[in-house]
Amino acid sequence: MLTIALTKGRILKETLPLLAHAGIEPLEDVYSSRKLIFPTTMNGVSLVIIRGTDVPTYVRYGAAQVGVVGKDILLEHGAEGVYEPLDLGIAKCRLMTAAAVDAEPVNGKLRVATKFVNVARNFYAERGVQVELIKLYGAMELAPLMNLADEIVDIVDTGNTLRANGMTPKEAIADISSRLIVNKAAMRSHHEQVSTLIDRLKEALTRDLIGD
Amino acid sequence: MKYWQLPQAVEEVLPEQASAMEALRRDLLDLYKCWGYELVFPPLIEYSESLLTGLGADLDLLTFKLTDQLTGRTLGIRADITPQVARIDAHSYLKQGVSRLCYAGTTLHTHPKSLMASRCPVQVGAELYGDSSEQADIEIIGLLIETLRTSGVGALTLDIGHVGVYQAVFAAAGIGEQDTDIFDALQRKSAPDLEVALQNKPPETREWLTALMNMHGGIDTLARARQTFGSSVPAVSQAIEQIETVIKALSVVAQDIDWYVDLAELRGLNYHTGLVFAAYAKGAGQALANGGRYDSVGEIYGRARAATGFAVDLKTLLAQGRYQTNSQGGISAPSIMDTKLESLVNDLRASGQIVIRALLTEHDERCDREIVLIDDVWTVRPIGNKTV
Repeated sequence: MLTIALTKGRILKETLPLLAHAGIEPLEDVYSSRKLIFPTTMNGVSLVIIRGTDVPTYVRYGAAQVGVVGKDILLEHGAEGVYEPLDLGIAKCRLMTAAAVDAEPVNGKLRVATKFVNVARNFYAERGVQVELIKLYGAMELAPLMNLADEIVDIVDTGNTLRANGMTPKEAIADISSRLIVNKAAMRSHHEQVSTLIDRLKEALTRDLIGD
Repeated sequence: MKYWQLPQAVEEVLPEQASAMEALRRDLLDLYKCWGYELVFPPLIEYSESLLTGLGADLDLLTFKLTDQLTGRTLGIRADITPQVARIDAHSYLKQGVSRLCYAGTTLHTHPKSLMASRCPVQVGAELYGDSSEQADIEIIGLLIETLRTSGVGALTLDIGHVGVYQAVFAAAGIGEQDTDIFDALQRKSAPDLEVALQNKPPETREWLTALMNMHGGIDTLARARQTFGSSVPAVSQAIEQIETVIKALSVVAQDIDWYVDLAELRGLNYHTGLVFAAYAKGAGQALANGGRYDSVGEIYGRARAATGFAVDLKTLLAQGRYQTNSQGGISAPSIMDTKLESLVNDLRASGQIVIRALLTEHDERCDREIVLIDDVWTVRPIGNKTV
């Protein structure tokens, strides 16, 4: 038995074709079904489709042996207990700091609003910048507008949302894409299955590159 | 929060579990005794300097600390017993030749070491000092296998590696302490991150380290490693030979073990010196046991000694749910004073039977037998059986 935990949304959409190349396709439509566990065309392999932040948890506990999750989540929640053998090169974006276009330099502590408090803490600490972190769960761009924060740390894709709210990206913290993660114990107990999966996904990736 | 609630990741062990845990603890200590391992009880608390050197270098955050009211120095509550036993071998129990020590005791962790882990695990382990040969590695891994068999863990994967491999490759490639990005990527077996970390390194370094990261899998991994590094990094061959010797010797006594070779696992990077190993049970998300060689640790305590050993957590072993104890029912005795009854009760207890006085004339629910007076003789019979 091999269970693969997938991240809902855009990542899922871009992961399924890669898995299909590895011979793993869900037996029913994952978008319309209300199920959470999906058997696949490969005997003994099933998919669970969950929120990104939950993927490393399932894999770390060994409830799922393998997972697909954004690097942003691995950076924020740590990669303890898992291996990250493969960059799937999908759902690419950047983790950045951003501020209002007309922002004045701040004296004293910088107020930073973000969903990624650990990443932000480390990033500013490395630069010796004192910050006050404000944890938000969405719509970071609102925080500077409402004078709740001076800067934000967030995922930036096209930058359109930032621009629409009078903000501009400042420093890049990390390039983000989706990673394949593997439970450390499962790498040992399911070595054959897992390494075959990794090889097939690698193939799918190079094929995509040539296709481009 | 209610004042009687326990802190997070701190738990008590209730009767049924407690009796299994104690039975397993005794089984294991008896096993070690039969292998010639002498039991030690290191103290719960020590100067943190002593706890956190050598083997304990990674334990700083994990160790609860407080100030010694007698000296003003910092005390640590042990987060791991192995450094204490290493100190005992180096300082307190100075045997010239081989020394075999074992221990069992509670440790405390400031935060759970892994998911679902307890902050007060019960660590049991064995350490072998004074012999640097493969024979010592074979003995210690053999004892670990017996430990896990006694615990009834079932199908096992034994992960085996040798820090000599990556040390030789690092040295040949000029990788040093400052290359934390490379260590970090290797630890996560992250091919993409390793590629980034190696960007500014010479081609040979990149090639070697990328190959090293993939040096894990079945026993054939050893052949691959020899082929890749055999001529370019000769020191690797020696480490590989050691692993082969150990696997070969243990395969004779442990045919049912799945071997997994991992030459890129950097666990214990700071103190391990030779063969390292870990045991995994089928279906468990984390390692059940860890161990390996730490030859240089004794030096920190003033006496360099060859050393190898392993540790397991009793709570984790029991959580596998495979350990069987024979839980025997009790015998209910009437709570009247009678010399003959008294002597029967004493005899039964001396033979290991549980005899419980029936207070308020009620049988304790654990009893499946009772003592009754039949024809003037105190007799044991099943409860509810009126005829015998």
